Amino acid sequence: MDDLRELYQELILDHNQNPHNYGEMDDPTATADGFNPLCGDRLTLYLRMSDEVVEDIKFVGSGCAISKASASIMTTLLKGKTRKEAITLFEMFHKMVTTGELPEGDLGKLAVLSGVYKYPARVKCAVLAWHTSKNALEGKESVAKTE
Amino acid sequence: MITMATKEDQSSATLDVNAIRHDFPILSGSTVPIYLDNAATTLKPASVISAINKYYEEYSANVHRSIYALGEKATKAYEDAREKTARFINAPDSSHIIFTSGTTEAINLVAYAWGRYNLKPGDEILITEMEHHSNIIPWQLVARDTGATLRYIPITENGSLDLSNIDELLNPKTKIVAMIHQSNVFGTLNPVAQLIAKAKDIGALTLVDAAQSVPHLPVDVAALDCDFFAFSGHKMLGPTGIGVLYARLELQEAMEPFQGGGEMIQQVTMDSSTWNDVPWKFEAGTPNIAQAIGLGAAMEYITSKDRTLLIQYEKRLTNYAIKSLQDITGMTIYGDSDPRGPVISFNVDGIHPHDLAQVLDQHNVAVRAGHHCAQPIMNRLGITATTRASFFFYNTSKEIDSLCESIEDARKFMGLK
Repeated sequence: MDDLRELYQELILDHNQNPHNYGEMDDPTATADGFNPLCGDRLTLYLRMSDEVVEDIKFVGSGCAISKASASIMTTLLKGKTRKEAITLFEMFHKMVTTGELPEGDLGKLAVLSGVYKYPARVKCAVLAWHTSKNALEGKESVAKTE
Repeated sequence: MITMATKEDQSSATLDVNAIRHDFPILSGSTVPIYLDNAATTLKPASVISAINKYYEEYSANVHRSIYALGEKATKAYEDAREKTARFINAPDSSHIIFTSGTTEAINLVAYAWGRYNLKPGDEILITEMEHHSNIIPWQLVARDTGATLRYIPITENGSLDLSNIDELLNPKTKIVAMIHQSNVFGTLNPVAQLIAKAKDIGALTLVDAAQSVPHLPVDVAALDCDFFAFSGHKMLGPTGIGVLYARLELQEAMEPFQGGGEMIQQVTMDSSTWNDVPWKFEAGTPNIAQAIGLGAAMEYITSKDRTLLIQYEKRLTNYAIKSLQDITGMTIYGDSDPRGPVISFNVDGIHPHDLAQVLDQHNVAVRAGHHCAQPIMNRLGITATTRASFFFYNTSKEIDSLCESIEDARKFMGLK
């Protein structure tokens, strides 16, 4: 079970049980929906931008521990970031979960998800919230998919 | 109704599961999987694998056109598989059997070659809320292109068809009723014979998606009296890439071709063509020869066993699994219909099916987690996914114990009390 504990670190289980920034938002400047066709999981992301800065970000949806923890940690990290910084973080995270390479920049708590790359079927769970927030940040209206 | 063997006759009539397991190379390897995803695809016995290999190693020629002994041997083996298929489902003869790539292609064939030419605005297509996507999407596409209306027989909370409004749903506007025989989510065995009879009364055609039932039950298409009947090879110990569409001869004659190409023609000029006899009219291009032969071997394997014993055994296994799973804290099992097949969908409070399947995989237990290509059912239940364990007669009660122990372990692992 050691391998599995590498995937499901305590922090992931904590965020799964008590996700941060979970809930709807009354006054978002952008929202986006994400959908994982593999398992049917859905996620709605709410974003409030002030100038070019993420003033507030929240999410609702159903998903596995990996997808929920990834969304929860993502929201804590994106708050206060500029649009450009947020997109850069997306790219760093995406590289980490698909290749296993830890990026040069600081991913902070997101590093707990680095074990995901060993489980190709689960990468989509980890990136769902990120694809969705990228769509919201870029003002795209189509539903984000994990393909 | 199948009754359990009594103590007296048990000695003379029990299934030798160990002997059966020896027939499956994957169950004799160094790491033997606890394979409980049989509704997705089944394992293959050595006889099927060797029938496929034999074709490739000894008479790998094309069918129906080769003027040499190897080609004739291949043609005979391919057409023998059609004969075996006809006998397996009690079709009047092999001309009723069209080989396809699987159930999905079989249903698409009917939707395209019959549906597109026979449906018009005002007509109704009746399916059920319990369908696999493969018996929804082809009809959605045909409805969109012809202007016909797609309607659904709803399901109840316990995973059965809700037939309370059937007389309104099945009406003179209904042109075809397409329904799943055994649910790939709940295991429910649907009353298709009753619905076929009702459809016939008003002149509607009928299609049975038998992908989940044919592997587990003897079926008799003549007695069912349906117009179309579709199933797949790989869910019944055969290879992937082969499926069957049983279609009534008059319908085959009246239907337009599905795909155009070699094999399905009689004469071709630059202006027009005439079609081959049925069923070859619907088999354009070089068919899946090895796969058809492999399917024939799978049918031979199944019919070499006492099917009553197989059914009893799978029923006992399913009942044991339901009972064992119910003892787990936070367990919800979806559907409790009777009769049912060896398929159980469930959720454990506090664990998403993906996480559960991941922990089970660590214990070498293979189950399915997701929407099972049946999103309307998930929407009806108000969930996005379930975990599904599905059995075949090579599974054992010990494997079900492993499943339950692994679920208990997953609960601990995820920090549940």
